[in-house]
Amino acid sequence: MHEHDLSKVGTRAKPAGEQVAGDPDKAFQEAEVTSEGEYGIPVITHCCLEPHGQVVQWNGDKVEYWPSTQNVTQVGNDLAKLIEVPANQIHTHMDYMGGGFGSKFPPDLWGAEAAQLSKMSGGRPVKLFLDRATELTIAGNRPSVFAKVKTGAKKDGTITVWQSQTWATGGYTGGNLNVSLFPYVFNKLENKRLNHTAVSINAGSARAWRAPNHPQLSFVTCSALEDLAAKLNMDALAFFLKNIEITTRPQVYKAQLEKAAEMIEWKKYAHLRSDTTKGPVKRGLGIGVNTWGGLGHDSQCRVTIHPDGSVDVDLCSQDLGTATRTMIAMVAAETFGLTINQVKVGIGDTQFPPSGGSGGSTTIGGVTVSTRKATVNALGKLFDLLSPVMGVPADGLEAVDGRIQQKGNPSKSMTWQQACAKMGTQSISEMGQNKQAEAVKEGLINQGTSGVQMADVSVDTDTGIVKMNRMVAVQDCGLVVNPKTAESQVFGACIMSCCAALMEERIMDQQTGRVLNPDMEFYKLAGISDIGEIIVHMDITPEHDARGIIGLGEPPAVGGVAAISNAVANAIGVRVPMVPLTPNRVLAALSQRRIG
Amino acid sequence: MERFEYASPATLKEATALLGSSWSDAQVLAGGTDLISLMKEYLVSPKRVVNIKSIGELGGISKTGAGVRIGATVTFDELSAHPLMRDYPSLVTAALGVASPQIRNMGTVGGDLCQRPRCWYYRGGYGLLAMKDGKSLVPDGENRYHAIFGGGPAYFVSPSSLGPALVALGAQVKLVSPSGSRTVGVDQFFVIPKSDTERETAIQSDEILTEILIPAARTKNATYEVRHKDALDWPLATASVALKMNGSKVGSARVVLGHVAPTPWPAAAAEKALAGKSIDEATAEEAAAIAVDGAQPLSQNGYKVQLAKVAVKRALLEAAGKA
Ligand SMILES: Cc1cc2nc3c(=O)[nH]c(=O)nc-3n(C[C@H](O)[C@H](O)[C@H](O)COP(=O)(O)OP(=O)(O)OC[C@H]3O[C@@H](n4cnc5c(N)ncnc54)[C@H](O)[C@@H]3O)c2cc1C
Repeated sequence: MHEHDLSKVGTRAKPAGEQVAGDPDKAFQEAEVTSEGEYGIPVITHCCLEPHGQVVQWNGDKVEYWPSTQNVTQVGNDLAKLIEVPANQIHTHMDYMGGGFGSKFPPDLWGAEAAQLSKMSGGRPVKLFLDRATELTIAGNRPSVFAKVKTGAKKDGTITVWQSQTWATGGYTGGNLNVSLFPYVFNKLENKRLNHTAVSINAGSARAWRAPNHPQLSFVTCSALEDLAAKLNMDALAFFLKNIEITTRPQVYKAQLEKAAEMIEWKKYAHLRSDTTKGPVKRGLGIGVNTWGGLGHDSQCRVTIHPDGSVDVDLCSQDLGTATRTMIAMVAAETFGLTINQVKVGIGDTQFPPSGGSGGSTTIGGVTVSTRKATVNALGKLFDLLSPVMGVPADGLEAVDGRIQQKGNPSKSMTWQQACAKMGTQSISEMGQNKQAEAVKEGLINQGTSGVQMADVSVDTDTGIVKMNRMVAVQDCGLVVNPKTAESQVFGACIMSCCAALMEERIMDQQTGRVLNPDMEFYKLAGISDIGEIIVHMDITPEHDARGIIGLGEPPAVGGVAAISNAVANAIGVRVPMVPLTPNRVLAALSQRRIG
Repeated sequence: MERFEYASPATLKEATALLGSSWSDAQVLAGGTDLISLMKEYLVSPKRVVNIKSIGELGGISKTGAGVRIGATVTFDELSAHPLMRDYPSLVTAALGVASPQIRNMGTVGGDLCQRPRCWYYRGGYGLLAMKDGKSLVPDGENRYHAIFGGGPAYFVSPSSLGPALVALGAQVKLVSPSGSRTVGVDQFFVIPKSDTERETAIQSDEILTEILIPAARTKNATYEVRHKDALDWPLATASVALKMNGSKVGSARVVLGHVAPTPWPAAAAEKALAGKSIDEATAEEAAAIAVDGAQPLSQNGYKVQLAKVAVKRALLEAAGKA
């Protein structure tokens, strides 16, 4: 049931084989300072407020299907296989959903079960959602990671070598980890030795959780690096900057670290490890970093302009609460020179052209490109029609402020409504498509983002209670479509980081094999008064804009746990090896320090 | 949940008549914030549920000759806002710490004293003593939130936040059944079950807790709660203290720990040690250390000894106005 202690897992361990780069042995011999540490981050569950489930109704040979899903286009096809009907007989709908975080892609057995029940009942609608305990037990488990890390550096703070032994579980299926990403972000290090062991345990299987692997990789890396900085007696920020050249994007991380430091008032509040002020409450700062891909998925969009001037933009995407609808409307409205209320966006319905699943931060890139292309195509058709009427070549027309006009010449114009009336009885309907590879070449979308989180915490060393004072996040994601909704993604990610750093943990009982906290009382999540002040800065620069649109859902959820764990170590002068940083763990670490 | 009959009597007399001689016959429904969960989890399945919120005589907070009377259906919210509670900051702090505004609006003081333990083995269906194959699951299991006092076989902690404050204030509860009524000290109300068939409170299945009576005696009182989360969580350890002062010195003290034992846990030795002393950092610290003397932590909950100690110290300093 437990994987914490690798020496006790026996045959359930599956070593992945060693990866070596450079000459780690020599590098350790030559290192002027070395640091060793142990780190652990437990299995956490997705705890979606709306649990997994669906309504299904068997209607003749058609199946109407309303799942809570991150993948409206595909989930019906998968259900079709489970219930053995042709995929074209399943009509999937989803207008809104209450959280998935990576766990809501497949139709799952409960989808098939609900369909079967509807069929058996002669076509009644069947609503089947998991209860809270089942939701937390089987519908989403993020793998744990445990690590023993040894690092080496020169006296001036240059990291020279990394060695890690990690192990993890994702339930009975084991727990892989992409260790080649170690040290995370500071990846261009010459000398490394990496070992990983997947451990299978008798527990619910893993599902993707916002940026699979990355929060764990960031936590282990940033903790180990911070410990090395402490060993060097060096300011953590100075240490991260000293090694900026081995990061994957040195310029960007440097600028982001400096910006975050300014926002958290690093100069004012930073101190070397251990707050030496009097009294039980100690304050500290910590750093975490992130990176992610976020390349837009393939997507198709159909745009219809009606003769009365109304506009439909239809694509089978989904809005997970991230404002995908709003983004689509913004892009379409901008192309047509209309306001967003003047375009009607249709998503969440398999009658619309296929789009991608919302996983991997791929939605924004996918839907904005297909929408942009479909709207540009439709507008082109409208211009073709208007050109003879207006006596202006089609490529000499533009759509601005609710009018079609000769480029730069408002005196030669007509209103959008007047223009559309010229269509007579025929609507214009055009498709647009995002194909990943092409769109990258065209400069519309891209992949690869960076971000930095810094945390400011106070720790009551008498009780071990950690309080968040502030958390700052600096994040780039290429061209930001809507700064407000982008910031909102980062806020949410920071809150999730507070939960995972301070509270969240699946607790299994060895004796009964049961999850002991499959509820929302002892599966603890941070409340509003637990998260402190969160300050977000979207890293918007002409250089980032020029890269095109990149997804943002996952990266800001990566570095926060590391930042908080490092802030606590900075405050109390000792590493609390395992998150969440509960009072018992903090007090245990402090008593070690007092003994040691 | 199982089907049940619902009754909503208008008088106490009717209500007690609707209760039964066993817990499976009938159960009292107050705010329902715990009972409904227990029923949904099939931990209790009464044939009849008797709503007591329509019984006027069970509400209200009033002054009596002997002190203050708090009706059983008074909510946490009403309690914490009531002018008569100004002399009892220990009780107000405890009430304000409970869960969330929603629960404080629904949950009642009677329900708080009668709510069932939150031990995850109990809530998981293993009974109050968490027994499997004749053995408690707690000592070898996940016991980070369990008792550090009491010594078993019950290892759950009393979930009531009001309990320790009321014990420290010397409060009593009135229990009414069809055959009469009795008054019991809150310290006697909570009991440690010795077997799985016993309960954790003195109340019988045909009784209704009708009111809480707090004696008039003036004390300096305070509660300190150590909470992991700020809200929607149970405390890890608490301490409620009530000091009868003799000038600047403590005449007599009550020190009661919460969430560390199957009942509110009076720290008699600490109470004795405080008599005749004035409260400062040193005396508070000393009393706190004495209060946790004799704790018997389990494999994972040693930290609660420290938390209880801190709670006592901080509650004493708070009561003495030196926090
Ligand atoms: C997330 C969360 C956090 C919480 N945190 C705390 C906390 O920190 N501290 C704390 O003390 N509590 C806490 N609670 C519990 C809450 O205080 C209780 O659920 C509440 O006090 C129960 O009161 P009620 O009126 O809703 O009782 P009900 O749910 O109606 O009843 C609870 C039990 O008491 C019996 N009962 C109720 N009234 C009477 C009566 N007058 N006579 C006889 N029997 C009666 C019922 O039969 C039932 O067995 C928390 C609850 C939640 C959900």
